[in-house]
Amino acid sequence: MVADMTQATPPSLEHVEYVLRLGDNALILGQRLSEWCGRAPVLEEDLALANMALDLIGQSRLLLTHAGRLEGKGRDEDQMAFLRVERDYRNLTMVEVPNEDFGRTTVRNFLFSAFQVLLWEKLVASSDSELAAIAAKSLKEARYHLNHSAEWVIRLGDGTEVSHARTQAALDYLWPYSAELFAANPTDDAVSAAAIGPAWGELEAAWEAMVLPVLSEATLVVPARTPFKTFGKFGRHSEHMGHLLATMQYMQRTYPGATW
Amino acid sequence: MLTESEAWKLLDTVPDPEVPAVSVVELGIIRELRCRDDGITVVVTPTYSGCPATEVIGLAIRDTLAAAGAGRVELETRLDPPWTSDWIGEAAREKLRAYGIVPPTGRAAVGGAQPIRFVKQALSCPRCGSRDTERLSEFGSTACKATYRCKSCLEPFEYFKPI
Ligand SMILES: [Zn+2]
Repeated sequence: MVADMTQATPPSLEHVEYVLRLGDNALILGQRLSEWCGRAPVLEEDLALANMALDLIGQSRLLLTHAGRLEGKGRDEDQMAFLRVERDYRNLTMVEVPNEDFGRTTVRNFLFSAFQVLLWEKLVASSDSELAAIAAKSLKEARYHLNHSAEWVIRLGDGTEVSHARTQAALDYLWPYSAELFAANPTDDAVSAAAIGPAWGELEAAWEAMVLPVLSEATLVVPARTPFKTFGKFGRHSEHMGHLLATMQYMQRTYPGATW
Repeated sequence: MLTESEAWKLLDTVPDPEVPAVSVVELGIIRELRCRDDGITVVVTPTYSGCPATEVIGLAIRDTLAAAGAGRVELETRLDPPWTSDWIGEAAREKLRAYGIVPPTGRAAVGGAQPIRFVKQALSCPRCGSRDTERLSEFGSTACKATYRCKSCLEPFEYFKPI
């Protein structure tokens, strides 16, 4: 291992974990959005979803490369993306649930990109300079994702009877998963203390201030919070994750180390 | 070996594969050139994180410089500061327009929240000049462009987004 002179102490496990979470969120949502390629309801949205998937996969490459370096076990972006087992992925459960329809995909993109924008805004000032650089780049992209999905949430929610019903069903389904975004945990505490990034719970009020007015303009009813909890960011995933990984990892599992 | 200014001139002939009307230099993605005794180091910044053209651009840079006798060409990626469409110069903006892509208007947004609303931006059609245009999608054939339609001449066109 090459000694890093700029860092007196090796990166903490929590630091690696935190960067992994960011990388896995981008990777898994990127994978889900790429499933739309060639299948979206209209050509313009097919292009938009593919472009957002590309942005996310690009971000995940930077983040997983960085996580691999911090970890110091010599794993590159491909090994991180394709050769870990399910329990080692740190993405939110929300990003791994199936696309279902354009409504659910749109509502998820909206809830998630609003969170991404707030998170990247904070991470621009990270004490981890590489993470700060990735944040500054990703923030610009996330703002476009947010604008795009917010417009569609309003158009669908405040649209026809059918589009309203499907968008409301999407919100009812996804809202409970959003609680996981803000759940307190020791990783966040350690990372926040080291000024690497915010504890995600700190972003909850700003996130609500961002999403609630749009949902209201979309004439959607926000469900009440329930005790429902998910734990994807701690590595405990839903039944959908294994299927997603089987598709995503197939090539590298069949031909380990293959390049093209 | 090449001098730095020779290398800049050569790179100014390398087109962006997605938007061939402008060169990689005009696009502002070449951040620095460093001449070494045995070759040259080219510092490149990506436009978008997932831009599929990044690798093709790297190959084109290598080929062009190597063919001109630059010796060993090394590529270095620099993320900070992140690329902004503000780095596209005036001359290049006119080339984009002539090519049928409306160049980014104004300066890229820095900081602050964007208004989450149907942002109506009156763009002039690059073909007929009419301002009676509408946005079809925030995204186009690539992430860097949005798709518009001119309601006068009925032709679609692309808009290079400020970022
Ligand atoms: Zn026109």
